[in-house]
Amino acid sequence: METFWYIAVTLMLALYVVLDGFDFGVGIVYGFVAKNETDRRSALAAIGPIWNGNEVWLIAAGGLLFFAFPKAYSAGFSGFYLALHLVLWLLIARGLALELRSHVDHALWRQFWDVAFSGASLLLAVVFGVALGNLIRGVPLNSEGYFFVALWTDFMTGPEPGILDWFTILMGATSAAILAMHGANFLAMKTEGQLRDRARRAAWLTGSTVIILVGLALISVPFVQPLFYLNYAAHPIGYIFPALNIATLVSALLIRRRNWDGGAFSATSLVILTMLASTAWGSYPNILIATNDPANSLTVTNATAGVYGMQIGLWWFLVGFLLLIGYQACAHQAFRGKVKLGAH
Amino acid sequence: MASALLFDRLQFAFTVTFHYLFPQLTIGLALLLLYLRTRALVSGDDHYHQVALFWTKIFALSFAFGVVTGIPLEFQFGTNWAKFSNFAGGVIGQTLAMEGLFAFFLESSFLGILLFGEGRFSQRVQWAASLMLFLGSWLSGYFILATNAWMQHPVAYTVAPDGRLFVDSLSGLLTNPYLVWQFAHNMTAAVVTASFVMAAIGSFYLLSGLHVKYAKTFLRTGVVAGAIATALMIFPTGHENARQVFEHQPVKGAAFEGLFKTERGAGMVLIGQPNIETMTIDNPLVVPDALSLVLFDELYATVKGLDAFPRTEWPDNIALLYYAYHVMTMLGTMLVSVMGLALLWLWRGRLFTTNWLLWLLMLSAPFPYIATTAGWMTAELGRQPWLVYGLLRTADGVSPLVHSGNALFTLLGYLGIYLGLGLLFLFLMAEIIRHGPADSFPESAKP
Ligand code: HDD
Ligand code: HEM
Ligand code: HEM
Repeated sequence: METFWYIAVTLMLALYVVLDGFDFGVGIVYGFVAKNETDRRSALAAIGPIWNGNEVWLIAAGGLLFFAFPKAYSAGFSGFYLALHLVLWLLIARGLALELRSHVDHALWRQFWDVAFSGASLLLAVVFGVALGNLIRGVPLNSEGYFFVALWTDFMTGPEPGILDWFTILMGATSAAILAMHGANFLAMKTEGQLRDRARRAAWLTGSTVIILVGLALISVPFVQPLFYLNYAAHPIGYIFPALNIATLVSALLIRRRNWDGGAFSATSLVILTMLASTAWGSYPNILIATNDPANSLTVTNATAGVYGMQIGLWWFLVGFLLLIGYQACAHQAFRGKVKLGAH
Repeated sequence: MASALLFDRLQFAFTVTFHYLFPQLTIGLALLLLYLRTRALVSGDDHYHQVALFWTKIFALSFAFGVVTGIPLEFQFGTNWAKFSNFAGGVIGQTLAMEGLFAFFLESSFLGILLFGEGRFSQRVQWAASLMLFLGSWLSGYFILATNAWMQHPVAYTVAPDGRLFVDSLSGLLTNPYLVWQFAHNMTAAVVTASFVMAAIGSFYLLSGLHVKYAKTFLRTGVVAGAIATALMIFPTGHENARQVFEHQPVKGAAFEGLFKTERGAGMVLIGQPNIETMTIDNPLVVPDALSLVLFDELYATVKGLDAFPRTEWPDNIALLYYAYHVMTMLGTMLVSVMGLALLWLWRGRLFTTNWLLWLLMLSAPFPYIATTAGWMTAELGRQPWLVYGLLRTADGVSPLVHSGNALFTLLGYLGIYLGLGLLFLFLMAEIIRHGPADSFPESAKP
């Protein structure tokens, strides 16, 4: 039961990263590929109707974590206090930028929100990578199951780490690069003409850095968190995830070369999914790994919310999940195809 | 530690109160929009369609602000109230997760269709989208209020060996008796807000001689809905809410009524300043026996005053609680009178030419917001010193390792950011009103 919810929470989060990830990616490459007002409007129209629905995956994933593992939710959120509030402020900035840019027809107004959109998207992509890095590396949990980490200490991954250290920064850069590639692929799929060509080029360029960064990240993980290595050694079947991760990444680049935009976008989606699956496999059954004393780690068993709640939750979760796949499919279906501006 | 608690409380109170300024309009408008769209669909009258389009713009603006201010709340339970989340997550995690899964996805997916689909999909599809939007926002209100009702009146839980609470009956949680009237009262309040805003913008246009045809529709819709909703605010929903407070949280009731001493045939204080030192009301204006009558249908029933409870159980800010409650009820009386008059004048066919009444309607728009905020202050300040009534003290719910410097930093951050958001909202609202109905959709929304 606990394992089911571990998978469910991971899945919701992974879908969040895939879906909202391309919104961030569009934001990151936006300043480079959208050269004039028409381009910018096309780029924004590509994500306009769906970004909010995509963001709900984050809220739902957070809600589900709260529901299934309240202890991990409270420890994690209070421990990363400052970083989380920063994320919230950035989400506010990005949301407003997307919603408000078109409200006033003035060049300065639009420039302001363009910068807010790109800046917030880039920082969010980095912060999410850093967060993943922190989950992998672990945090100094006390015996009550709480912790508080500073934003940075000595940038090393020792027993008293900060939120930022060399490894989490590497993860942040990796995440920004992957999402940029993902977003550029999405834009290429949704647009035409010069904008599409520039998006393709951006995807190709970021793709080449992704390959280096992912390689570095995969090599560092066993050093930073030996537990992962042990988990994989104990259940070697799990190697399938990192293997698929590399395979999808390579194919994403190969497909990119052929300029098959839809395929490239699907491939980067799979890169993200397999990357998060690799992490979840390595970390299980831990949700938050303690760097100081393994006994303090929060796991799927000691952080759960009780048997009845989890069982009854299964029913509404399945119903709700099917429904929401339904609406999300409706919404994405309604706005499929290339973006067209101004044609009523 | 004490000051971290203070900052955490101020931060939550400020951010949730600010957040709720926006959903109360969208929840109410969702109902009115559904009516307008239905009317447009049934009669095929393009006028109603245009009216609906104008209000969809206002809905979308308020929604956007509701969304960006709502997300911090969801995460603040974890960041600032970690012990509370750990303690109660096994229960309220259910309703919060259900809200995300069932309500937020509905709203956000279909608002996209409603906004960007104009001219792209048929009117029938747009009508269905506005039905979904209505369902989504009302469900969202239902789940969040289920959460709050449980904190006011915990039901359906068991205590685990480590002291944490786990839900033991989902249906019990969702049918919490406290929830019924809280939901009815709160959702009606949202309709009150929306109808006052609609009537106010109608009055503004009519008084300025702009968009007259639209103005009349806004006024008709706003006044009829507003008259019904304000009446329901007082009776039965406000009345029943007060009764259930006295049943489940008698200290809160005594404190907000300003009843210091237990009395047989207790009076209702209309005006007066509570004096905590002497335990009396200064400059009182009291209706004798009224409180006993209203609460227990009996002139000489005994109502417990604050003196019947130990001081440690008293809410910690009695004066503010008392004023909040009295502001709400006074405004309730005022709002129902305004809408009642307007309805009468509408019925006699004179509303559109009676300038003083239009002025009154136009200037009344802020008051439902104030009443709602005061109502929430009543409910939440009155719950003190408990975070989960009778089970967890507020002081025991905060994050143990977040020190006051951090909490103050983020509190100041929210104050600054939300000041900016508030100004931005007012500015954009003024823009929409200036452009007026029958203006095209915002640029990006043109497919
Ligand atoms: C337009 C807004 C509005 C108006 C006119 C009124 N209320 Fe109200 N009231 C609310 C908006 C509100 C609210 C903000 O929606 C609250 C906060 C919690 C809730 O569920 O509703 C609330 C709460 C609330 C509570 C506290 C419930 C609790 O502690 O759980 C009581 C006792 C009343 N109301 C009673 C009344 C009475 C007797 C009114 C008649 C004059 C009245 N309200 C008018
Ligand atoms: C829109 C509606 C709401 C408003 C305006 C509101 C208002 C307030 C206010 C004014 C306080 C401060 C009380 C104090 O510090 O003494 C407060 C506290 C709090 N409320 Fe609410 N509230 C609302 C809804 C909710 C809901 C739905 C929940 C739960 C899901 C909730 C949970 C809390 C918590 C956790 C605190 C902090 C602890 C405390 O100080 O009591 N509130 N709220
Ligand atoms: C502690 C309390 C609250 C939390 C944690 C909370 C959380 C949230 C979140 C995360 C969103 C954004 C959803 C999205 O992206 O679509 C949101 C929006 C919304 N909230 Fe709240 N909320 C709280 C209080 C309330 C209350 C008391 C109500 C109503 C009774 C309410 C009604 C809504 C509605 C209808 C929306 C949709 C946006 C809108 O219509 O403006 N919320 N809330």
